[in-house]
Amino acid sequence: MHEKTIRELSEGLKSKAFSSLELTESFLQRIDRLDPSINAFITVTPERALEAAKAADVALSGGTAGPLTGIPIAQKDIFCTEGVRSSCGSKMLDQFISPYNATVVDRLNAAGTVMLGKLNMDEFAMGSSNETSFYGPVKNPWNLETVPGGSSGGSAAAIAARLVPGATGTDTGGSIRQPAAFCGITGIKPTYGLVSRWGMIAFASSLDQAGPMAKTAEDCAWLLEAMAGFDPKDSTSIERPKEIYSQGLDKSLQGLRIGLPKEFFGEGLDPDIHQAIQTAIGEIEKLGATVKAISLPHMHLSGPAYYVVAPAECSSNLARLDGVRYGYRAENPKDLKDLYMRSRGEGFGAEVKRRILIGTYALSAGYYDAYYLKAQKIRRLISDDFKKAFEEVDVIMGPTSPSVAFQFGEKSQDPIAMYLSDIYTIAVNLAGLPGMSVPVGFSKGLPIGMQLIGNYFSEHRLLNVAHRYQGVTDWHQQSPKL
Amino acid sequence: MSLTSDEVNRIAFLARLAIDPDKIDAYAKDLSGIMNFIDEMSAIDTETVLPMAHPLDQAQRLRPDEVTEHNQREAFQKIAPKVEAGLYLVPKVIE
Repeated sequence: MHEKTIRELSEGLKSKAFSSLELTESFLQRIDRLDPSINAFITVTPERALEAAKAADVALSGGTAGPLTGIPIAQKDIFCTEGVRSSCGSKMLDQFISPYNATVVDRLNAAGTVMLGKLNMDEFAMGSSNETSFYGPVKNPWNLETVPGGSSGGSAAAIAARLVPGATGTDTGGSIRQPAAFCGITGIKPTYGLVSRWGMIAFASSLDQAGPMAKTAEDCAWLLEAMAGFDPKDSTSIERPKEIYSQGLDKSLQGLRIGLPKEFFGEGLDPDIHQAIQTAIGEIEKLGATVKAISLPHMHLSGPAYYVVAPAECSSNLARLDGVRYGYRAENPKDLKDLYMRSRGEGFGAEVKRRILIGTYALSAGYYDAYYLKAQKIRRLISDDFKKAFEEVDVIMGPTSPSVAFQFGEKSQDPIAMYLSDIYTIAVNLAGLPGMSVPVGFSKGLPIGMQLIGNYFSEHRLLNVAHRYQGVTDWHQQSPKL
Repeated sequence: MSLTSDEVNRIAFLARLAIDPDKIDAYAKDLSGIMNFIDEMSAIDTETVLPMAHPLDQAQRLRPDEVTEHNQREAFQKIAPKVEAGLYLVPKVIE
């Protein structure tokens, strides 16, 4: 049952081959059995899940069920869930029981999904390996000695290990795409503003975007359809007509123009990954697409610009965590300053502290023009590069990450080495574009991901391309032996 | 560029972030590395480039000035570290 896609599970529920309760119990048992060695979940919520499954079964019998009714999912722990711990992977929020639901959570609940629990992640989504989580690292189900990627590493690992058929993730610099690549699953980061950020604990507000992760592009389309849409509670939510992502996925790729940026295939890219991407693109050409070499000349500046914008915004967003109204409070503070400093010093981990410090420095008096303003100007240059490219091509393709999953500890002592694992994904967030990762092969037993980047609001086209590719390949059906 | 331990202490104070004194040097080294990485930006002339505040150049949306959220003090204070009589308690600020 756990190998089935969301679409297949939905058909099984509709035809009464199994009930949502049976499905939910089966996944909960699998979590019980396998998660101790993977650590994908921070909190499992069996009682709520069983209750939601029973309600879903009533809807399924009563004929009021939607396509996702009764489907088990899990939420990245960055999303606030009413009455359930919402830790964001941090000691700071270890005791934080959210008083409200994120819009994404409300929408997926309204669609009838059954939440099994909350997924592990890098602390406050700051990391590319899940090693910064207060709850310990998530293990990559393909090789327990390697990282699952981050920050949505718990989501990716849970899906790869077949602990849940679909999950939410968030992507500020690659946090959906890179773990999807490392764990051999499919994930999409939508256009900035497509999915509501309300109740999604903020890291870098001008970059953060939520999206679905699942085995297939089709499942991602189903989940995205439920998640996306205007939300008046999010001031940067985009007001536009709702799209039906689940339909039209079979559309022909005849005439599709693929752009291959030379900057994505240069030095530092693992040759096995290069080879796998070329093969995958060959498959897509066979489906009718044409390929064109392009250039994104400011690509090399995306890392430096990102490591100003993201820390600057995080230093501001995380200022609210001061030990007064909610979250961790240091014991026996001697005065208010000591309360603030020690609550934050003891509540945040090393990587979060580094980023708060960088951001505070970049925004401190006299440095604004040299750092934040400069970075915002570079964002414009990067965005213009993409704009120009999309005059000539429909989809840009390349690797999701320069390497496959690396070993624990390999990069955790060297922040820059860690930052470089997001080198191909960061520019997409700076420009606010949609990006996706799909499994396209293996190197040394570890999955390889290919990145698809589209123009604003081209999620439908990206999902269509990925779905057609998955129709002629079976990388997305491979699962690790556990 | 490189950041000195004094600068790290100053920034940490601005951020109200207690840093273990014996870790200050390590932070200074890491942050200097990150700042060097960032400094690659300065190689490019952006004099005439317009900064990008929003990917779709969307302006901040306005809404009617109506009450939409209701007081949930009890729910919010239930998760507070220390409250009394509806107030959040902190160490005494004024003697």
